[in-house]
Amino acid sequence: MKTSFHSLQSISRAFATAFTLAALPAGAQSVEVPFYFPVAVGGPITKIIDQFATDFNKENPSIKVSPIYAGSYQDTIVKALTANKAGTPPVASVLLSTDTFTLIDEDAIVSIDTFVKSPEDKAWLGGFYKAFLLNGQIGGKTWGVPFQRSTVVLYWNKEMFKEAGLDPNKAPQTWAEMTSMAQKLTKKDASGKVTQYGIQIPSSGFPYWLFQGLTTQNDVILANEAGTQTKFDDPKVIEALQYWVDLSKKHGVHPSGIVEWGTTPKDFMEKKVAMIWTTTGNLTNIRTNAKFDFGVAMLPAGKKRGSPTGGGNFFIFKKATPAQQEAAFKFAKWLTQPARAAQWGIDTGYVAVSPAAWDTPALKKYATEFPPAAVARDQLQYAVAELSTHDNQRVTKAFNDGLQAALTGSKTAEAAMRDAQKEAERLLRSYK
Amino acid sequence: MNAQKQAHAWLLLLPALALLVTFTHYPAVATLIDSFMSTPKPNRASVFVGLDNYASMVDDPIFWQALHNNLWFALATIPLSVGLALAMALWVNGKIAGRGFLRMAYFTPTVLPMIAVANIWLFFYTPSYGLLEQAGNLLGLPSKNWLGDKATALGAITAVAIWKEAGFFMIFYLAALQGINPSLREAAAIEGASRWFFFRRVLWPLLMPTTIFVLINAVINAFRMVDHVVVMTRGGPDNATTLLLYHLYEVGFKFWDQAYAAAITVVLLVALATVALVQFFVLDRRAHY
Amino acid sequence: MARAVAWRQSYSASHWIDTCAAWLLAILWILPLAYAVWTAFHPTEFSAKFSLTAPLTLENFARAWEAAPFARYFLNTTLLVGLILGSQLFLCTLAAYAFVRYDFRGKNVVFALVLVQLMIMPDILLVENYKTMSKLGLVDTLFGIGLPYFASAFAIFLLRQTFKGIPKELVEAATMEGASALQILWRVYVPLAKPVYVAFALVSVSYHWNNFLWPLVVTNSVNSRPLTVGLQVFASADQGIDWSIITAATLLTAAPLLLAFLLFQRQFVQSFMRAGIK
Repeated sequence: MKTSFHSLQSISRAFATAFTLAALPAGAQSVEVPFYFPVAVGGPITKIIDQFATDFNKENPSIKVSPIYAGSYQDTIVKALTANKAGTPPVASVLLSTDTFTLIDEDAIVSIDTFVKSPEDKAWLGGFYKAFLLNGQIGGKTWGVPFQRSTVVLYWNKEMFKEAGLDPNKAPQTWAEMTSMAQKLTKKDASGKVTQYGIQIPSSGFPYWLFQGLTTQNDVILANEAGTQTKFDDPKVIEALQYWVDLSKKHGVHPSGIVEWGTTPKDFMEKKVAMIWTTTGNLTNIRTNAKFDFGVAMLPAGKKRGSPTGGGNFFIFKKATPAQQEAAFKFAKWLTQPARAAQWGIDTGYVAVSPAAWDTPALKKYATEFPPAAVARDQLQYAVAELSTHDNQRVTKAFNDGLQAALTGSKTAEAAMRDAQKEAERLLRSYK
Repeated sequence: MNAQKQAHAWLLLLPALALLVTFTHYPAVATLIDSFMSTPKPNRASVFVGLDNYASMVDDPIFWQALHNNLWFALATIPLSVGLALAMALWVNGKIAGRGFLRMAYFTPTVLPMIAVANIWLFFYTPSYGLLEQAGNLLGLPSKNWLGDKATALGAITAVAIWKEAGFFMIFYLAALQGINPSLREAAAIEGASRWFFFRRVLWPLLMPTTIFVLINAVINAFRMVDHVVVMTRGGPDNATTLLLYHLYEVGFKFWDQAYAAAITVVLLVALATVALVQFFVLDRRAHY
Repeated sequence: MARAVAWRQSYSASHWIDTCAAWLLAILWILPLAYAVWTAFHPTEFSAKFSLTAPLTLENFARAWEAAPFARYFLNTTLLVGLILGSQLFLCTLAAYAFVRYDFRGKNVVFALVLVQLMIMPDILLVENYKTMSKLGLVDTLFGIGLPYFASAFAIFLLRQTFKGIPKELVEAATMEGASALQILWRVYVPLAKPVYVAFALVSVSYHWNNFLWPLVVTNSVNSRPLTVGLQVFASADQGIDWSIITAATLLTAAPLLLAFLLFQRQFVQSFMRAGIK
């Protein structure tokens, strides 16, 4: 069976080559770079990416970058790894930075260092915010170029603050302050039913990401850099979880049960909640649709300030030809030039990835006109790598399940984190 | 039976069979083989591990929870969706006020794609301002986080499935009822038979083939519907809405553990195929369409 | 006669209860559609508020239409569903006929093998099937999306069942007239199985109209992507859910089918139904 398929494959490959050659105008040897991008087909972001590809191809006639939109991050990695297993992966793709371990373990990608040769290239790679490089750096190598990146921030409704007698221009600075403010901001009707919550932190799908804000503030890092050891049962982690659980159980200022990530911005816009934690990527959405004055702030401090980074990195696939890989590398450098990174940040609400981008006149002007845009940047100095280990999705799931169990009250914070840690240790045993 | 006839038969079968073998049997056999191997990793080639993958399935609490959830889901959706479908069909088959509207209402789930409509259901279940909450407020009911509470999440997911299925199955029952001679009802009326008697002794037996057709679909769907779980809960909270196919999807396409996914697939296949084969061979004898 | 009148009276009392129940259920069933209509025609801030004074707008439709080439997706889906259904009916008719009309060695084993497919979830075979498609060079084509579904065990099973119930006399009469095996299939079996064809068609069309994961994985371009992949635009997790645009897009894609049903409701039900699935 295998041999017959192999011969079939070589025949069809020969055909494919013949076709591509035939299709090209004589003399023009263009390098094809299929580029998977995790955005749903046709959204406003696709227009920006299409424009990038067109401009880049014009400047580099020997290269043809073709963006392929693949939906959510999860859909994109399914598509990319399925294609990779079949031997026909894309040349480049933007995927979650936390998928780096998975991509390395699948032997799907090459490290970016392979292409960094000139001093100029080195300066380029050194020019990114350290916080954004962290997730892509494993075993002394850099595997992903930061591109579509975000952090968690706090949005607050200034009108509600005013109504509750709070200073509308001051967001909570500490955990204690967040609790006490939330208490003032929680409203009940005559029957005792809550009509307005003080705070909500979404917990559906990927609660670990938002929870990582709390753990970082409580001065604990969830996993080692090698991705082989987690600390889910650290007393500080349990304490952070207890704080989250108490917001609803003890203080009643946070909705009970699981809070849906997808509806959280809407809850905020519907004035059902005074403060929310969500991604900086939501800035444009909330700015367009909120019918009231709102503020954006860094997350409050526990023992210190902190937030995880999030979002996607640019990866180059191993099975592509060296010429394709070089072309993809060129494209990655082109995409992250300060002026372009700045424009990308303004257009999408993602955080521009290098200090140089924030020094461009365009972004400087934007940040002065619309200060909330700079909050995420200022928070970067406190930011840590997003939780990521070997067998990442499985370990993360064990952790997510634990968090949801505690939040829904089916386990205590301590028992939930013990169980999650036990499962993580079992999963990571083989990587040590 | 001569050779020529044999050749004829095989010629007729060949195109369909070739496709089935290429796209289901060959991959299914590959899956079976994978289930006895370890997941290949670049630094650790795939090796024969015997029943290891099956052993880890027995130890996997999420697998058992998914199985439990799925059985619950199947036991709720199958009878309820089929029963409601039959009731709907009986109503809109007879003379009833607003029949055109009723038919269209029951038909809507068939035309709204699940991937889109699951988002609408998400709004219905949203706490604070969702439709159920707004309705509850009018009646003075306490607020509820339907999808965010382990006690209600699976029920909420099940309701969506029943909504989707019953409207679809109704069409088949309606079709069958339209084919039944109206004089039967007249005769029953003259005989003074009760409606229940008429239904049980006349309609139900006549509808049997449709019921079997619908049941087969309902059973298959009970193990195949997963889109709404992906949109509405992603299996949460804490696996309360994880169905078998969703678990399989996670193991296969999030954890990339092909070997373990293969083992789960094989167990599922064997279980379902056994049920199916028994069911079909029994039906084959009893019900002639 | 008196008894019949009494039957009718009790009938009308319970008829009243029936009507109420039927309407209650119908209102529940149509709620998602009603909500979609409400939200799609009103500005975003009214997507969760139901007030009679809310202004009307078509802006959501404009945004949805902008967001993806829905016309092209609609065409793709229609072609895809038609292609799959056509092949299924053709190939499975032949196969079912072989099972009914011929005796050959291993018939039961082959039939059992066919039945096994009924319970296989095609999504599980994604990786293997993708490999096959890329070897055949069919990635990113409508034909490639459809090919794995061209033979349907369910169709073979249903048609075999139906064909078995067709009276022998009809077949014998046709044979006497000198009809060949294929002529008999075409003139006797197929016409008599028409309701089953329609019923199966409905199942098949509704399945492939909704299929998502396989088309997503096996397609790359607008030229081959079906509607469901286009609708996925709005499943973007990062930005939260925007119900206005989701509902507008849902209506855009479901409208043709809904309109067709409204206009041809009677013909649809009757023709499909004529003989029912018997």
